[in-house]
Amino acid sequence: MADLQSLDIHRRSATDEVPPQIREEMQVAKLIDVSRCIGCKACQSACMEWNDLRPAIGEFEGSYDNPMELGPAAWTVMRFTEWDNPKGELEWLIRKDGCMHCEDPGCLKACPSPGAIVQYANGIVDFISENCIGCGYCIRGCPFNIPRISQTDRKAYKCTLCSDRVAVGQSPACAKACPTGAIMFGTKSDMIAQAEDRIVDLKSRGFQNAGLYDPSGVGGTHVMYVLHHADDPPLYAGLPKNPHISALVQVWKGIAKPIALAGIAFTAVAGFVHWMVAGPNEVQPEDDSKGREVIDTERRG
Amino acid sequence: MRHQPPGTLARYTAAARINHWIGAGLLILLGLSGISLFHPSLFFLTDLFGGGVYTRVIHPWFGVALLISFALLFIRFVRHNLWSSDDTRWMGALSRVLANDEESAPEVGRYNAGQKIIFWLMTLLILILFFSGLVMWDRCFFSYTTIEQKRIAVVAHAAAAFVIICIWIVHVYAAVWMRGSVRGMTRGTVTAGWSWRHHRKWLREVARR
Repeated sequence: MADLQSLDIHRRSATDEVPPQIREEMQVAKLIDVSRCIGCKACQSACMEWNDLRPAIGEFEGSYDNPMELGPAAWTVMRFTEWDNPKGELEWLIRKDGCMHCEDPGCLKACPSPGAIVQYANGIVDFISENCIGCGYCIRGCPFNIPRISQTDRKAYKCTLCSDRVAVGQSPACAKACPTGAIMFGTKSDMIAQAEDRIVDLKSRGFQNAGLYDPSGVGGTHVMYVLHHADDPPLYAGLPKNPHISALVQVWKGIAKPIALAGIAFTAVAGFVHWMVAGPNEVQPEDDSKGREVIDTERRG
Repeated sequence: MRHQPPGTLARYTAAARINHWIGAGLLILLGLSGISLFHPSLFFLTDLFGGGVYTRVIHPWFGVALLISFALLFIRFVRHNLWSSDDTRWMGALSRVLANDEESAPEVGRYNAGQKIIFWLMTLLILILFFSGLVMWDRCFFSYTTIEQKRIAVVAHAAAAFVIICIWIVHVYAAVWMRGSVRGMTRGTVTAGWSWRHHRKWLREVARR
């Protein structure tokens, strides 16, 4: 299993330096088999328990979803969808929502505060709260609408994939608590192999479109789903079909940065060159006498 | 009130000067705090404002103050900045003006076409910055916009900020390049020679009064 090397940092927000990379680090992943989920919310309870989170008690809104949304103190939420399939049968699709731990994390790309978001060498994306300035740029960067800013301390929060547990060889609290084994945790390659077994099984049971959700638009994710309808991820409470970091964010955090600084420097240098070539525009003695003349004539006339 | 030296003309009242320099100070504070969150290499500038969190907190309030300050300046100066056909002709002579040959350009009133362009660009950019800034101000306005709108806002805000910083450099450089201009905004007066050279029509108008 993973060890303390997982605390090597692979990516760090607002930092261009090369990270340590001489160690071959094992990539971890959580695999959520949606077809085996019974919607018991043990994962939500375990998450609250391990991470000491107590979201405020809300109101019943006519849905099994509870709480209704992710929040600064609700890092994972079961989303229940009642879907009438083309055969006219009801399918109850239950997806455990939360941070996907993208290989190319949009939150980290958008973050302006050095070291407020890191990606460990094992692939886990973590918010380092003491460096968070509460700007909410991570919300703009995330393709999955996951980070939430706390009204209490104005810092961003999301699932840590229990980085503290993983660092000492434990599986995340949700995976530990899941009674049906729908949440699995291990190396990414093991989890992909596990998913393939499950997909063969699902196909044999008539789910022809069963597949693995490991979207390449964000470089793959360290939280993956086995979906019975992998051809249509949005069925599962709006899971994006082809998530990617918004082109606006790519421009803003990519090419715009050097271009803007170069443009500002160019403008200043243009001023310098103009001064060297044309020089200052100075008032000449004849301007003074003509100017005074105008004043005198106008005042007299 | 200070005695006006002979041979000089009053160009800016004390109120206009104070108004201008409050806006100038705010624009610099906004530029420093904004650019510190734009480029990671400049994050150290957040230290000027007490760290990243306080930079994030104070930047929008500087923005609100600038909007108010600039609105007052706009009301003061807008009537002098209306575009005329002379301005279009003046722009045609811009390359000669840049070579310090103003004699061949049309005579200029209170402001030349370049100054008017800066005035209107500042107006437009401050409005873009203000409204895109509201969309970025999650503390107060998070729930009013979608995430996609927030993404558009950050790009618009950064782009407008880039242009306004360049405009600011041009504005400051031009004031220094045209010797004798800065005193108009510090002491409030300019010399007769300066007025003859750069703002001849305005000189005649003022002298007639």
